[in-house]
Amino acid sequence: MADDIAMRASGAPPPHASDASPPRASGASPPRASGATPMLAAEELAKYFDVSRPLLQRLLAREGRRILRAVDGVSFEIPKGTTLSLVGESGCGKSTVARLVVGLYQPTRGRVLFDGQDLEKARAASEQRRRMQMIFQDPYASLNPRWRVRDIVAEPIRAFGLTRDNAAQRERVAQLLAQVGLSPLDGEKYPHEFSGGQRQRISIARALSSNPEFLVCDEPTSALDVSVQAQILNLMKDLQRRLGLTYLFISHNLAVVRQISDRIGVMYLGRLVELAPAETLFNAPRHPYTRALMEAIPDLDMTGRQRVPVGGEVPSPISPPSGCPFHPRCPLANHRCKAERPALIPARGTPETVVACHAVEEGRDGAAFTPMDQRPPGPRIGTTATAL
Amino acid sequence: MAPILDVRDLRVEFPTRRGTLTALDGVSFAIEPGEVLGVVGESGAGKSMTGAAIIGLLEPPGRIAGGQILLNGRRIDNLPHEQMRRIRGREIGAIFQDPLTTLNPLYTVGDQLIETMQTHLDLSGGEARQRAIGWLEMVGIPAAAQRVDSYPHEFSGGMRQRVVIALALCAEPKLVVADEPTTALDVSIQAQIIALLKRLAREKGTAMMLVTHDMGVIAETADRVAVMYAGRIAEIGPVREVVKDPRHPYSTGLMASIPPLDRRVEHLAQIDGAMPRLSAIPPGCAFNPRCPHVFDRCRVERPELLETGATRAACWLYDPASEKQAPEALRHG
Ligand SMILES: Nc1ncnc2c1ncn2[C@@H]1O[C@H](COP(=O)(O)OP(=O)(O)OP(=O)(O)O)[C@@H](O)[C@H]1O
Ligand SMILES: Nc1ncnc2c1ncn2[C@@H]1O[C@H](COP(=O)(O)OP(=O)(O)OP(=O)(O)O)[C@@H](O)[C@H]1O
Ligand code: SF4
Ligand code: SF4
Ligand SMILES: [Mg+2]
Ligand SMILES: [Mg+2]
Repeated sequence: MADDIAMRASGAPPPHASDASPPRASGASPPRASGATPMLAAEELAKYFDVSRPLLQRLLAREGRRILRAVDGVSFEIPKGTTLSLVGESGCGKSTVARLVVGLYQPTRGRVLFDGQDLEKARAASEQRRRMQMIFQDPYASLNPRWRVRDIVAEPIRAFGLTRDNAAQRERVAQLLAQVGLSPLDGEKYPHEFSGGQRQRISIARALSSNPEFLVCDEPTSALDVSVQAQILNLMKDLQRRLGLTYLFISHNLAVVRQISDRIGVMYLGRLVELAPAETLFNAPRHPYTRALMEAIPDLDMTGRQRVPVGGEVPSPISPPSGCPFHPRCPLANHRCKAERPALIPARGTPETVVACHAVEEGRDGAAFTPMDQRPPGPRIGTTATAL
Repeated sequence: MAPILDVRDLRVEFPTRRGTLTALDGVSFAIEPGEVLGVVGESGAGKSMTGAAIIGLLEPPGRIAGGQILLNGRRIDNLPHEQMRRIRGREIGAIFQDPLTTLNPLYTVGDQLIETMQTHLDLSGGEARQRAIGWLEMVGIPAAAQRVDSYPHEFSGGMRQRVVIALALCAEPKLVVADEPTTALDVSIQAQIIALLKRLAREKGTAMMLVTHDMGVIAETADRVAVMYAGRIAEIGPVREVVKDPRHPYSTGLMASIPPLDRRVEHLAQIDGAMPRLSAIPPGCAFNPRCPHVFDRCRVERPELLETGATRAACWLYDPASEKQAPEALRHG
């Protein structure tokens, strides 16, 4: 399977006990951690896709090539032992970033450093590949339907030669299955015999089986009920505390993101528009898009509050708007926003946040910037209801 | 009002070499025109299986071993394949948990929408294409007119999910079975899809079975909610009561596990232990090994749905004849 990152290693070296990772950094770390090499660094990453129609059709319609900019210049660092989450509209490029940072896509531009080493070089060594694993957004597509679950989970253990002792392998698989709330007896079954959430747990168990230090989790709990989800999130936090794991976490569920993240990056149309410590982002979201996203969160309290979807048309990554890509939907947009693309810079007032917005830079987001807990209920600035 | 969907005492079994597994055991519920029934519960509890049984797509060797399913008063659980295939699509729209199984990778999303509409509605090619673009817009695909000719793999996870939703709705069915329709979607698109589903229910009287783990979506969309555990309905009732004031100990634990949005907690509440495997469901109440309120009767007798005042719950604490009664904490969430 092409997207199997636990590729077979021939003659892999014996296992290294890698449990001696540095302890978890307390709280949020600044974008540039002092001196220490980050687990992962993305530098000006970009990925374009050619989505042109077939040549003949293009000639008939007299149209040029169509290039889709799925990711367009994204930079971030993830210090060891911390969690960076990516949030943002469906189609904004989160999964593409995930695939770039584990080397499943070649970047069109920019590069990825894994523990200070160029990703491509790192991936040439099986011991480096072992250190990174990915949980895919689609738990169906990522499990080989013809393999028994125990073999799926054990595959990275075998591929990286972590242990050749069959009994030890069985033991480890049983332990992994139990950790994700499945029974060791389930190892005998095939993926199709499991429910959606059970399959998602199988892919989590598999990703954990090579004792990775860096885990990319693309919607890892989306198919789980809230109780099993809590078990998985508690497990992930516990592993991070004990073994210093580093996570890149992607989810649409902002409550989940708040529980797991040290820092959060908000993406819009292939770019990062805001990057901040988790609590800062929730208490003082700065980018107009971030604020709009917060307004759209479903209301569990059944107050009858109407959810406010982000207003306006979702723009197309094939022909992104000029200047700030959010300007057609932004209540604070002015002519500068249409012409000039804002840079990602520290925000006035909350300098631990970096944000790409002229209004924040100019200080004209004032009235709109009120911490969440001090805001009155009801529809607020930053959004307009879409007529449906 | 006569219900559109009426499920009575449904039982689904999987014969295996090691014996017969019971995946659904005595599941009953009804959905009225314009009503949205939310279905929540433990991963592996049988929610998708219930949906698959209704739309006649149980995966062999799974089979309906008991009970009845009625659509508009007519039995559909025993129809021949061909007849059921026509009902699916025209009368029942299905949104599957896995968008990739619904979409054909070899055809453009536009062609798939057009084909579905032309199979079930009387439309010309041009009309169908216009409507296909309209549906893509309605589910929030940007530049729909340009992207109608894309193939499924050219869409992101959430975009594919929205195509699946459009496919299920485009033939205007009377019943929609939606299995996790919004999990792959960001909150804003999710709000838009929910508004669309609610509008269909309200204006066209579409009945809807909505399976989801997202309690926010349930709170906003559902009229009533069924909580499933180990192939059975543990609790069923109006949405407000089930979410805010649940009576069954499993539902109580489930609702307590919802991660808070307004603060970060070090350790999230969870229900310890795991749901029993289908081959090892304990006698009596299936939840008894994990239940903090368990008493002798729970280990012997299986509870039926009992009135709790607000909802109906399959729990012996609500039988006046039990030696143990529901503690105050359970009676008032
Ligand atoms: N292989 C591909 N070929 C062409 N376009 C692609 C491909 N993969 C992704 N895209 C496009 O790139 C953009 C970003 O997709 P991506 O899957 O990264 O989004 P996402 O943020 O993960 O969305 P979601 O939340 O829906 O999963 C989308 O417009 C998508 O259609
Ligand atoms: N082909 C099969 N053979 C044997 N057992 C199966 C098969 N398919 C599903 N099951 C079992 O049936 C039970 C119900 O599965 P179902 O898919 O309905 O769960 P679900 O409630 O939808 O869970 P989720 O929320 O994780 O999607 C699960 O325990 C699953 O393991
Ligand atoms: S730069 Fe302008 S258009 Fe963009 S988010 Fe800021 S105010 Fe809005
Ligand atoms: S019947 Fe008994 S074991 Fe089951 S939920 Fe009620 S109290 Fe708990
Ligand atoms: Mg994605
Ligand atoms: Mg399911």
